[in-house]
Amino acid sequence: MVGKGIRIEGLKKRYGNGDTAVDALKGIDMQVAPGEVVGLVGPSGSGKSTLLKCLGAVIEPTAGRMILGDEVIYDDGWKVTDLRALRRDRIGFVFQAPYLIPFLDVTDNVALLLMLAGRPNGEARSRAMELLEALDVGHRAKAMPSQLSGGEQQRVSIARGLVNRPPVILADEPTAPLDSERALAVIRILNDMARKYDTAIIVVTHDEKIIPTFKRIYHIRDGVTYEEAGEGRAFD
Amino acid sequence: MISLAGRDILHAWGKFVFTGIGLGLLIGATFTMAGVYRGMVDDAKVMLDNSGADLWVVQQDTLGPYAEPSSIYDDTYRSILSISGVARAANVTYLTMQVRQGERDVRVLVTGVTADGPGTPGWPPYLVAGRQITRSHYEAVADIATGFKLGDRLQIRRNQYTVVGLTRRMVSSSGDPMVFIPLKDAQEAQFLKDNDAIVRSRARTSQNPALNRPGVPGLLDAVITSQSTNPYVNAVLVQLEAGHVSEDVAGSISRWKRLKVYDRAQMENILVGKLIATSARQIGMFMMILTIVSAAIVAFIIYTLTMGKIREIAVLKLIGTRNRTIAALIMQQAIALGLIGFVVGKITATLWGPFFPKHVLLLPLDAVIGLVAVVVICILSSIIAIRAALKVDPAEAIGG
Ligand SMILES: Nc1ncnc2c1ncn2[C@@H]1O[C@H](COP(=O)(O)OP(=O)(O)OP(=O)(O)O)[C@@H](O)[C@H]1O
Ligand SMILES: [Mg+2]
Repeated sequence: MVGKGIRIEGLKKRYGNGDTAVDALKGIDMQVAPGEVVGLVGPSGSGKSTLLKCLGAVIEPTAGRMILGDEVIYDDGWKVTDLRALRRDRIGFVFQAPYLIPFLDVTDNVALLLMLAGRPNGEARSRAMELLEALDVGHRAKAMPSQLSGGEQQRVSIARGLVNRPPVILADEPTAPLDSERALAVIRILNDMARKYDTAIIVVTHDEKIIPTFKRIYHIRDGVTYEEAGEGRAFD
Repeated sequence: MISLAGRDILHAWGKFVFTGIGLGLLIGATFTMAGVYRGMVDDAKVMLDNSGADLWVVQQDTLGPYAEPSSIYDDTYRSILSISGVARAANVTYLTMQVRQGERDVRVLVTGVTADGPGTPGWPPYLVAGRQITRSHYEAVADIATGFKLGDRLQIRRNQYTVVGLTRRMVSSSGDPMVFIPLKDAQEAQFLKDNDAIVRSRARTSQNPALNRPGVPGLLDAVITSQSTNPYVNAVLVQLEAGHVSEDVAGSISRWKRLKVYDRAQMENILVGKLIATSARQIGMFMMILTIVSAAIVAFIIYTLTMGKIREIAVLKLIGTRNRTIAALIMQQAIALGLIGFVVGKITATLWGPFFPKHVLLLPLDAVIGLVAVVVICILSSIIAIRAALKVDPAEAIGG
């Protein structure tokens, strides 16, 4: 699905209320075009995970607007009724740890999302296979997650994030456990996928190794974003 | 869609199989308890059937002869025979005791039957070996469960009996196999005092001037004879003539003879409802405890397995899995565990049943009830784990 990327306007999130309230996001403005990979960096406690959770529709923001593709999903309140289906069909997640389902083999770990959406097993698996090949883990398709190396697991989890061809991928520290070579490989894959499928990708990271790869970086500090041009090395 | 529960079970099959076997042994024990109860009921019915009686005539105001002691004169049967509708009537005695054979002794129900020939009420209806009792003394027919063999010599009280026939499935409602001996011997066995007591009793009688009158020759002998014989039996078994209703005949017997009469259905009620009622409640308690333990095991195992997958469940939720799918995953695993347990339980109960000292009767209906109960219990036991899984916040998958 080709979308118009992500737009966030004046997004606010307050945890709790009264004396103990925490204003984690105080007005986030962000824009990610389809096919673009942007970095999101900031000190600990600055609100990175909170922003991903809002975008991932697992917590509700307090105010602002979020637009996914051409659909306003949040405007001072949810504009979609089925958040579960929104997550399943429109958003891909990649985590710091791969979190693969241990009792499913590699193919089914990736295909599961499509099966949950009601696609026939055969179609889901061949789509999964296609992605696994693209991510260079096709030869491990029948293996169980516990039989893979850390880097292979991470690539499988990227395949899972991409399998429903979401207009948006949210990656939370996807390279933290990897050495710099593998970390750069993961970023290269994300860039390739973004271009290939016109996906807007946000990568939350602390990782000095990969920060120079982004063309654009959003800094987040005390719940507010500052945009900055990155070096955009290595992937032109 | 693939079966998540099935994949998880295949992945962790060792856990499932071993837990299932453990659960199965508990379920097997539960089935066996039910089987013991069914066996007791069945034994009671078989005993009533095999007695060949339509009516049991016993002492007034008693629930005899099986559930309460009952004693009536041994000539009562004659007058019962004269009542219209009665085809046959025969005395019978029952006495539970240890019978010696060689070095061992066996707990049996010694049954005294009249030696009127086969078909007499109280006689074992069929033999698996040997013959029925033909002499009126010192012959015995034993249930095969006693372990006695043809020609064995049994010691009952002071007398020796020869086993001349073997029968099967003749047991008391407490599961003791029956040994049939001639009525006269049985009456003596019930009444018999030890030698010292007889000597003392004779001496006391002869010292009693009212019973030992010099002017009345033969009085003392008559008194002593009457003191040392037993003119009582426990019940009279009655067979009806065809075409007579048991209530009518029972009515006339109790009216004319001032005795209590039970028909087949009433007798069954007494045995099942009174005699084995306490045992049945006992078994019921055991079954309840076993059921609770089984449910606790299923709940604990399923909860532990679910808690071990909490991260994966958060991921599943984050990527849009329905709560229903996650609940089904857990519930199906609980049911699968239950089904493994059921199969193991059914097999073990069937295998070890014959080794139980009492008759264990496994009814197919009980197995069906058991299956339904296992599935229901497993579903209920999985609720705790399901609730925990549904509480998992998909945001946890994203982390801090
Ligand atoms: N559930 C919550 N309830 C209350 N406060 C919260 C909650 N989650 C996060 N916060 C607070 O919101 C702020 C932003 O937290 P967040 O997790 O978004 O930071 P982060 O940028 O992801 O930090 P890190 O780099 O350490 O992961 C922090 O001050 C944190 O304490
Ligand atoms: Mg964080």
